[in-house]
Amino acid sequence: MMENLTKEKSLTSIIDTSSEFQFNGVKSTASDMKIRMETKNLTVMYGKSTGIKDVSIPIYDNKVTALIGPSGCGKTTFLRALNRMHDMTRIAKVTGEVLLDNKNIYDEDVNPVIIRRKIGMVFQKPTPFPTMSIYDNVVAGLKLVGIRKKSLLQDVCEKALTQAALFDEVKDRLNDSGVSLSGGQQQRLSIARALAVEPEVLLMDEPTSSLDPQATTRIEELIHTLKNDVTIIIITHNMQQAARVSDKTAFFYVGDLVEMGDTRNIFTKPKEKKTEEYLTGRFG
Amino acid sequence: MNESEKDASLKELIQKPTHAIYRWLGDRIFMTVVVLLGSAIIMLAFGMAWVLYGEGSQALREFGFFQFLSGRTWDPAVQLQFGTWPFLFGTLVTSIIALAISLFPAIAVAVVSAEYAPKWLSNIIDNLVQLIAAVPSVVIGIWGIFVLAPWMRDAVYMPIFMWADVNDPGLLPILGSPIGYGMTTATIVLSLMIIPYTTALTKDAIESVPKEQREAARALGATRWEVIRMAVLPYARGGILAGAILSLGRAIGETMAVAMLIGNKNTLPFSIFGAGATMPSVIVNEFREAVESLHLSSLMLIGFYLFILALVVNLAAAYITRKYSITAGKVV
Amino acid sequence: MKTLRYRNIRDKVMESIIIISTVLVLLPLIIIIVHVVVHGISAINWEFFTEELGSPSRAIQGRPTGLVHTILGTVVVDFMALALAVPIGIGAGIMLSEYPDHVLNPTLRIMNDTLNGMPAILKGLFAFVLIVKPMGTFSGFAGAVALAFVMIPIIARTTESALMSIPWSLREAGLAIGLPRWRVVLSTVMPAAKTGLVTGILIGFARAAGEAAPLLFTSFGNNYLPNNWLGFIFEPVDTLPQRLYSLAISPYSEWHSMGWAAAIVLLLFVIVCFVGARLLTRKKFQTN
Repeated sequence: MMENLTKEKSLTSIIDTSSEFQFNGVKSTASDMKIRMETKNLTVMYGKSTGIKDVSIPIYDNKVTALIGPSGCGKTTFLRALNRMHDMTRIAKVTGEVLLDNKNIYDEDVNPVIIRRKIGMVFQKPTPFPTMSIYDNVVAGLKLVGIRKKSLLQDVCEKALTQAALFDEVKDRLNDSGVSLSGGQQQRLSIARALAVEPEVLLMDEPTSSLDPQATTRIEELIHTLKNDVTIIIITHNMQQAARVSDKTAFFYVGDLVEMGDTRNIFTKPKEKKTEEYLTGRFG
Repeated sequence: MNESEKDASLKELIQKPTHAIYRWLGDRIFMTVVVLLGSAIIMLAFGMAWVLYGEGSQALREFGFFQFLSGRTWDPAVQLQFGTWPFLFGTLVTSIIALAISLFPAIAVAVVSAEYAPKWLSNIIDNLVQLIAAVPSVVIGIWGIFVLAPWMRDAVYMPIFMWADVNDPGLLPILGSPIGYGMTTATIVLSLMIIPYTTALTKDAIESVPKEQREAARALGATRWEVIRMAVLPYARGGILAGAILSLGRAIGETMAVAMLIGNKNTLPFSIFGAGATMPSVIVNEFREAVESLHLSSLMLIGFYLFILALVVNLAAAYITRKYSITAGKVV
Repeated sequence: MKTLRYRNIRDKVMESIIIISTVLVLLPLIIIIVHVVVHGISAINWEFFTEELGSPSRAIQGRPTGLVHTILGTVVVDFMALALAVPIGIGAGIMLSEYPDHVLNPTLRIMNDTLNGMPAILKGLFAFVLIVKPMGTFSGFAGAVALAFVMIPIIARTTESALMSIPWSLREAGLAIGLPRWRVVLSTVMPAAKTGLVTGILIGFARAAGEAAPLLFTSFGNNYLPNNWLGFIFEPVDTLPQRLYSLAISPYSEWHSMGWAAAIVLLLFVIVCFVGARLLTRKKFQTN
């Protein structure tokens, strides 16, 4: 069926589809394109099978980078390699480099614990710690490093919850359990918890996939404001979402990076045929 | 018989009224049998309580429920006066201390097996822990009598006793005679024997902690121990609690090893190293020699009290397990 | 503030502590097994399996003694108990898993757990009142009943989970081809769950075979072989755990070493059951 379509026709359809997208209006100029992170020939193997292979991309400072591609294409594998979450999986083997401020985080002398403080993470499902209150959830990361000063913790808690656009909803019940919140609130709580330790980069693995449209909108708005403070890398299954929130888009397909570029360009005039086919819904 | 005939006979068979009876009656009979067998278990449990109560009723009439419970005298020979307080005390003290000793190591084993050890080692650890539960109580008992108790006497009790004798003779009555058989030896053995129950339930609970919880903690920059402390153990607390209560139940009911090692002394006060007794141990020691019917009835009544104690503990464990529903349908 | 160094050290310290704790838990087990094996092997000999115990003087005078009557008695009592326990345990397990809506099930489940958690000694007292008192004598049968009380709740529980592990679709498939429900259970579900059922029976059997407390007041013990086979059922009978207890607390050193020999036999038996159950379970997981 793919072969039956003429080049012109498929291009038109891309433009047609993409015209529905609203791009966030940030004009990118060369000067504010500072590279914050960079991967070089990043490869992850699970035993003998390949997770991702030779991925080299830059991650720009204070930009939102979206990772898109069909299920099982290696987006999550890639994301988890960025803060050494694969260390927990015995069979996963990571080769290549991940540079944060030009320092390879996989170097011998780098402690993964520090890396994960600098590079926070938000997961598909909200993950509040069920035995902790909302307040304790937010400051959990700070308590880890031994910060006990009440006033400081309260300030950070309020700031993080405000950043996550949750403070007004929960300010009267900070001592309630974290799981007493709705799904969308729980996800924003998870974001607040990640923000409380003031990470430089925030990894988001389909943060809205378990949420309703309203909650999704709130999270997307949140991402928009957050990028002034942190560099964000987000996995999404939702093309519209990628178009709405991201500045850069990387398209993965079966463990390979197919192409990466400005979101607007990827969506309107992709260089690769695979990208085009995916964006027009030919597969995925 | 050709095909059509076969079909016809099959059709006949299915439509035959006997077949319907075979189905209907078969199901009826099967279900009745199964339900009867199941009900037998319910009757057994109730029957046990009823029989123990019935057999103990003579003592119950003689002494009253609470007087028997709080009575400090157990004299089957001269006064025929029976009170179970010394044995209840012995049971509670040995069980609770044994639980306190075993709780941390039991959780530690579960954590090592679930979090630290590679798969093959974790298998070995699990099997060895289950083997602790499988070793017969009398086998542990004979080891205790001939190996542990003499060793404890020479290596631990005597030196402490000698030290106290020189430095603070006031301690001696509290320490008790260091013969090797007594409360401490029994408690130590008990603490080993109850570990598998806490460990099994704790491990199940740890394994039921969602991957996301661990990763969330990891992503916050937690070290391996901090992940366990922050995300794993709190999440698994229901299983740990249920396992601990189950272990307590086993400690309360553990009979042979305790009876062989506790020294068997029927009168308070018990001392730290000295002999004592528990509810099961006194039954084991005296039941076969009991002649007076009041003595026999008193032992049965101890059995009834033990039943109630075990029932309360088991129901508590069941309630917690169900509430956190982690090990449904598993035998430990 | 805690420095990272401090946190890393604490990480290592905690790891060491819990690993040491694990070793401290497993070490006594190894020590016990080693002692039983060492003492047991030096005490065991051919007479142990061919002679009866007799009076203490027999051992003190160095005449051949053994526990042949105990081993035979154990076999008879244990298998009698198994014969009593398997129908009830399996039946209850079927009730719990195949008739999940039955009104008695919640009660059954609680009662079964209660029975399982009851100290075995109480099961001995119960069997004493049920069997020994009416019969007027201690007997192997009474011992078997007491041990059956130990096995039943274990078998019921494992049967339930073994049957539950069979997918519901298998039952529906059976019903769909017109089999009545009882045939579905007996000829489809039970064969499919065979390994689990055998494992459960083995676990229950091993657990009961190690129990001494319920036997003290029921089969009581006997220093001699009965005159005929019926004596194993209707007269006081010796069993390994109970004999081991009696030997261990006796004042005779000859009997003590025979106690070690009994311990190694009993331990070996229980470990064989245990390993058998484990191997069966492992096989089950491999084929699934």
